[in-house]
Amino acid sequence: MSGGLDRRWIYLGMMLAVALPILWNGMTGKTFPESPTPPSQACFDAIEALPEGSRVLVSFDYDPASEGELAPMATSFMRHLMHKRLKPVIIALWPLGPTKGEETISNVIKADFPDRVSGRDFVNLGFQTGNEGVLKVIGTDFRKQFPVDRSGMPVDRLPIMEGITKVGDFSLVITISAGYPGSKEWVQYVSSANPGLVLLAGVTGVQASQIYSYYPGQLRGMLAAIKGAAEYEALVSAVVDGDGVTPPRYTEARRRMAPQLFGHLVLIGLIVAGNAVYFSQRGRKAVAR
Amino acid sequence: MSRSIALLICLMGGLTMLVSPFLPMATGWANDVTDWFNILAAMAFVLGGGSLLKVQLMRLSARGPGWGYSALTLLAFIVTLWVGLGKVGVVADPSAPTVAWSGKPDDEGSAFWWIYLYVMTPITSTLFAVLAFYVASAAFRAFRAKNVEATLLLATAFVILLGRTFAGVVLTGWLPDWASGLRLENLAVTIMDVFNTAGNRAIIIGIALGVASTGIRLMLGLDRSYLGGDA
Amino acid sequence: MVLGADAGFMNPEKMLLCVVLAATCACILASMVAARAGRVPKIRRITGLEAVEEAVGRATEMGRPILFVPGIQDMDNPMTVAGITVLSRVAGTAARYDATLDVPVSRSLVMQAARESVQAAALQTGQPDWYDPERIRYITDEQFGYAAYAAGAMARDKPAACFYMGCFFAESLILAENGNAIGAIQIAGTAETAQLPFFVASCDYTLIGEEFFAASAYLSGAPDQLGTLRGQDIVKALIALVLVFGVVMATTDAFSPEPASEPTAEVAP
Repeated sequence: MSGGLDRRWIYLGMMLAVALPILWNGMTGKTFPESPTPPSQACFDAIEALPEGSRVLVSFDYDPASEGELAPMATSFMRHLMHKRLKPVIIALWPLGPTKGEETISNVIKADFPDRVSGRDFVNLGFQTGNEGVLKVIGTDFRKQFPVDRSGMPVDRLPIMEGITKVGDFSLVITISAGYPGSKEWVQYVSSANPGLVLLAGVTGVQASQIYSYYPGQLRGMLAAIKGAAEYEALVSAVVDGDGVTPPRYTEARRRMAPQLFGHLVLIGLIVAGNAVYFSQRGRKAVAR
Repeated sequence: MSRSIALLICLMGGLTMLVSPFLPMATGWANDVTDWFNILAAMAFVLGGGSLLKVQLMRLSARGPGWGYSALTLLAFIVTLWVGLGKVGVVADPSAPTVAWSGKPDDEGSAFWWIYLYVMTPITSTLFAVLAFYVASAAFRAFRAKNVEATLLLATAFVILLGRTFAGVVLTGWLPDWASGLRLENLAVTIMDVFNTAGNRAIIIGIALGVASTGIRLMLGLDRSYLGGDA
Repeated sequence: MVLGADAGFMNPEKMLLCVVLAATCACILASMVAARAGRVPKIRRITGLEAVEEAVGRATEMGRPILFVPGIQDMDNPMTVAGITVLSRVAGTAARYDATLDVPVSRSLVMQAARESVQAAALQTGQPDWYDPERIRYITDEQFGYAAYAAGAMARDKPAACFYMGCFFAESLILAENGNAIGAIQIAGTAETAQLPFFVASCDYTLIGEEFFAASAYLSGAPDQLGTLRGQDIVKALIALVLVFGVVMATTDAFSPEPASEPTAEVAP
């Protein structure tokens, strides 16, 4: 029991609030319009400001558990980078991060930008163990931590890595993170040590309250939870697709805003119900006294 | 004697990490200390794996309640270890097609990749998604307007919940531009950016000082409880 | 280990940070020395730590076990070290009451440290036979695998008291809500600010941030350890002063009139 109500009713309400909008989305394909908040707009602007051919370090610091919130961000970031002809260098501080990076490469680059070549236009350098230790080392010697790419090719032979010796040599750094090590560690060990470096972050809703402390100082922009992902996705779609139709795989975040809306409405309903129970119990106690 | 050595290692490691940001010559030392810890943690995994096997095997042999779960745990442990170490189903790397096992264990098509994609991914995603139910249950119980502070918290929760969805636009999108700061989506950002940030920073400053103080106590050997105290 | 030929002895960009760090350490050390000399600070009651006795006593009365979760990070995380410190206190109390203490861990090194700590607590209490290493066991490094085990263990064993002391992420609410559902008395402590609201909502007592780090000094009662807490407070007061000064300066600057732009100097050809 949870405050006089069987928890299973709460769970059922939440399940319906999430499941029904997903079905509605699937049948109609409709999404809500999004207007960007400043942190999301700042992410978009930071990437727009880069000249063609700039190298961007993208760190996949999450695993399948938080894929629902973070994968749409990764997809939009990659699509935007490719559209702008920027060159992403993918790394991961989480063991399952490289696989997420590979999935994003497959869904975005291989599907829509087949002319881009691995090693020249993008590369996946894989995972390195050591958490913040990795960040400390790449601050002074990037190749010490990432000597080869995911297929075993030495980075010295990759055109995309030419002239890159430390993390400060990248034009922009993006971290898409679900916890530790993640955005906080990137701020503490990379942004603080390289004051001129532009750092963007995509974070889960739970993390957002904590990471807001670093915006817009150490973090130039941030995508907070699925809402931030949806706003950024809309911005990218507007610039890439124009008035054309956006492929469904690039509307993932926006399609999740309907379940989010109804989930939040259920929460509000539960809070109101909880208070109604509380005040009625208090009233009965007062009468009994 | 062994405790004194442990404390000395703690002191040396702590001092190295402390000075490394300021002394360029110490950067390499700090990296080495981090590497040593990683090696130690990796070796300690054998102890962890041993503990897991021992506990589950004991439960299995005792045939107590839930022994089936122990059998399943052991099966999953052994199968995953076998397909990972044995590189089951791994295709040879194109750079060395004649060398057996030259591919990576998690390459697409391998058994390890299959376990990751069809077992690990759905299970962990499901467990993360379960949080939605727990949040609902906790919200029902915790958000009670018992006093002024709790009522303010409640009102803030409503603004954030509505402001982070399309409901905010529907409810307050009509507000003119000069009052756009009062639109729910903008109010939500203001709450997160100003009030939440101020509170968070205060807590973070306290935590940072707490970590510094704890670090000093550990390095000086004042706090030895993690080593089993003074016994 | 490579020392660049151009690397100076001191990094000049970090000089200010170095001074701040040195001042912080100096304050803490000076307070510690002062406490040793007899100027022991008075520490307010931390209800979460005072409730340890109550929670363990309740579990003993009900004949149910106690569950202690030391977070999901390794021994290189200060929160885990702080958690192990609280564990030694809980273990000492549990040994005295002869209550069952279960400690599932998600890191092998933490398992070793927890075993050392619990064994020492049992010895200090004079109950060496109470210590059972198999009750402190490794589960998995995987975050949600660990959370699933802990939630399952709660449903099966129905512990009367649950302690969550360490570094937690998304699993915090899974643990705390399951503990709440079985009616256990729950005490949490963490410095992960994102998880604090969940613990506050679902637990009976929560040690917030620095309270959690103060636990070892508080529980030990040793003057030099308590002295470090006063040092912390002195530095915090100094930071507050600097903040107020910064706010005043920034506000003054915002309201002061813009300086007239100086005419561009003519450059002779």
